[in-house]
Amino acid sequence: MNKPLNKMAVQATINGENTAFLCSPGQVLAEVLRDELELIGTKIGCNTGDCGACSVLLDNRLVCSCLVLAAEVEGKSVQTVEGVANGGELHPVQQKLLEHGGLQCGICTPGVVIAAKALLEHNSDPTEEQARYWLAGNLCRCTGYDKIIRAVLDAAKTMREEAA
Amino acid sequence: MNAYQEFKIIGSRPIRPDGLDKVTGRARYGADLSMQGQIYGHVVRSPYAHAVVQSIDCSKALAMEGVLAVMTGDDLVKPGNEMLGSGEGAMALKDLVPMVMSQGKVLFHSQAVAAVAATTPELAAEAARAVEVTYEVLPAVTDVHKALAKDAPILHDDRFPDGYPEEPTNLATHISLTVGDPDAAFERAEVVVEQTYSVPMCHQGYIEPHACVARVDAAGRVDLWCCTQGHFAVRHYTSAVTGMDMGKIKVTASEIGGGFGGKTTVYLEPLAVVLAQRAGRPVKMVMDRGDVFRATGPAPGAETRVKLGAMRDGTLVAADVECLMDSGAYNGNPAGIPAFMATACYKLTDARSTGRSVYTNKPKIHAYRAPSIPQVTLGFELAITELAAELGMDPIDFRLMNAVEEGDANMMGAPYKRIGLRECLEVARNHAHYQSEVAEGAGRGVAMGYWINAGMQSSATLNVIADGHVAVLTGSPDIGGSRASMALMASEVLGIPFEHIHPQVVATDAVGHTDLTGGSRTTLATGQAVIQAAEQCVAEMCRRAAVEWDVEPGVVAWSQGAAHYGDQSLTFEELAARAGAMGGPLTFSSSLTATSTAPGFGVHICDAEVDKETGRTTITRYTAIQDAGKAIHPDYVEGQMQGGAVQGIGWALNEEYLYNEEGVLENPGFLDYRIPVASDLPFIDAVIVEVANPLHPFGVKGVGEVPIVPPMPAIAEAVYQSTGVRFRDLPLNPPKIMAALAKS
Repeated sequence: MNKPLNKMAVQATINGENTAFLCSPGQVLAEVLRDELELIGTKIGCNTGDCGACSVLLDNRLVCSCLVLAAEVEGKSVQTVEGVANGGELHPVQQKLLEHGGLQCGICTPGVVIAAKALLEHNSDPTEEQARYWLAGNLCRCTGYDKIIRAVLDAAKTMREEAA
Repeated sequence: MNAYQEFKIIGSRPIRPDGLDKVTGRARYGADLSMQGQIYGHVVRSPYAHAVVQSIDCSKALAMEGVLAVMTGDDLVKPGNEMLGSGEGAMALKDLVPMVMSQGKVLFHSQAVAAVAATTPELAAEAARAVEVTYEVLPAVTDVHKALAKDAPILHDDRFPDGYPEEPTNLATHISLTVGDPDAAFERAEVVVEQTYSVPMCHQGYIEPHACVARVDAAGRVDLWCCTQGHFAVRHYTSAVTGMDMGKIKVTASEIGGGFGGKTTVYLEPLAVVLAQRAGRPVKMVMDRGDVFRATGPAPGAETRVKLGAMRDGTLVAADVECLMDSGAYNGNPAGIPAFMATACYKLTDARSTGRSVYTNKPKIHAYRAPSIPQVTLGFELAITELAAELGMDPIDFRLMNAVEEGDANMMGAPYKRIGLRECLEVARNHAHYQSEVAEGAGRGVAMGYWINAGMQSSATLNVIADGHVAVLTGSPDIGGSRASMALMASEVLGIPFEHIHPQVVATDAVGHTDLTGGSRTTLATGQAVIQAAEQCVAEMCRRAAVEWDVEPGVVAWSQGAAHYGDQSLTFEELAARAGAMGGPLTFSSSLTATSTAPGFGVHICDAEVDKETGRTTITRYTAIQDAGKAIHPDYVEGQMQGGAVQGIGWALNEEYLYNEEGVLENPGFLDYRIPVASDLPFIDAVIVEVANPLHPFGVKGVGEVPIVPPMPAIAEAVYQSTGVRFRDLPLNPPKIMAALAKS
């Protein structure tokens, strides 16, 4: 007789796709995204919600996926970095990070992309200070944030121009 | 004189070739690869900072369903006095093995004592808890002064630094150098300052924890994937620690999520290999964030006494520097650098410098960006600033009077070639930042810094593809945009578009030996191998064109991506397409030990304002100026300068390892070990100065490390100017500032 594995079946919309997965009751979303769904763009830097590398949008709300139980996303919508580009077309935040050299090692980049996209959905014309406070939960050890903030402000400008 | 005087594409800012994968989440880092049938490793760590391990019983763990392998330090080699690696990677095997796993004695909290592998991560963690270890607990010592006291617990009773053979002590290394006659020079000096400064132990703080996955086949061949600054070093160290043949180990470097010197060694890799061999299954291991802080090598804390003597006219005449560094539990060799390099920015013919390092019950220190020089520079540069104030001189003018230039020597003896320190100081003095008024309530500090920069071994292979594109293969993990630099350099030499160059970081069996990405050496040394391989390609294409045209090869010229003779030409694309018929595949390799290295210098200006109510320091304006030789891709040169400056800001204001009396780290996470966040900072104005390195074909100098050197003294001075209180002990966190303001 096998020991019961105690797995839960969860159904959610992940990057626009109706998706089902099995998880343990204690498993966090970040782990399931990475290990079960092969969405390895979501990074785990601390597992305590301090670094922001695992940022995802849960029903359009910015969360650390290491602090969300996988079972909690039942019936909800999750967007990860893999779902940000529209096919081959990059989101302006992604494009501007590339143009400004807003990444060095790139491990924080997926979280920055998600968080900055969420910022620009809330506020199409953030000040430098607003951008800095919004991204204060995304640790970057390489860049000193300079080129990240410039990229985000430039992306905001591009999006405003496209919307006009 | 550099071989290339004018550039077509070098110095431009194209989008990095690996960028797309990194903004879309496709790039694979250490923890992002899974191997077929993999299981998961977990490390058992010591709950004590100093103890004798009396017994380890893994039987209960091994009996658990799904547990496939266990190991202890007995399964690794017993090190003697073997030395491994060279340059920044040099270390003794006996200082490496115990950082992977202890053997008989634990010398710091969370040191590895055993490891298990099981079918799920949860089961592996549960099995690790089932490993029974008994300890004889010994008193721990974490303070360097207490460690040197007569009654201190001794960490190693079998180690004696040169010249101290009598009694076992915790002194790890002692090095003292003198040039000229400093005592006589101090006699002559008209103004003398002497102070002691301190910097705490801190961590590199890379966001990606250590991770690897290893497979060992039935023939003993190892396939190892890991995040590292140097996969050739991982191969060497893993072989040395496990006793397996180096030739049977293949290491693939994943993308790397930061390192800053901290990923120039191995922690998990040999364990994963041993467990994989025992289990007959691939083993994946990912380090917990807390263990990254508790059990990997941080940067040494240091205390530096600096005595300087000058004449009234501003001539610096004497220096005496004594730096006491915390080595952690094993020898991380931190003391040589301050001894050799403390005075490196200044014309000093009479100086003495001493470096000592001390064993304490903390993890063995490891490289962190310009290892050991920021600590001693805090003292030296602040003392210089204090001396300039004594003399009534502007701090930049004082430095300009005494800064080294071509022909001057530092404590290491060899005279500098063409360097750009004076140019950086001139740029600083004339910069709008320095010319501006300091805001009411704020203060301004200036400091400069030096780093030696490494050369070491590099290789590159260039494969021409039939459509005229080129794959550039190197063995240097790309930690901050080096693929872009490699592509730019290949494009420059070949004369074909940047977009046609496809740079890749390949495994240990796919390119010639390459030392680690460290010492600010990759663009310089690996870049030089790329330049040489591209030059071979051009020479061969010219030779083939000459054969085609029946002329001497020497008369064929290469320009704009084509061979030319008279009005005939053959383009790169044509030569690539016809390679098979013209002599075979076009593939070129170059390997070298770089001798083109040049030291780096930078000058930083910092404005800071201290809130007298809360003690919080805000950096209000920051300018970093640096001689980059030639900036291949300026975005990534600026990025190094900005990132290094901000790491220095973090170290100056917040970052600090806090140990309790039992030797347990009390802040092993990003919440309590607070690195700078976006809202802490202003934009960092990065000003690139280009004084070409005469030894390098493109004039390149290493740029990555220097930027962490000047921030601490620049910020400490700015805080003094803002508060009127001298701070000589870092970090300048709010409690410390409030306490000092209350006293003043």
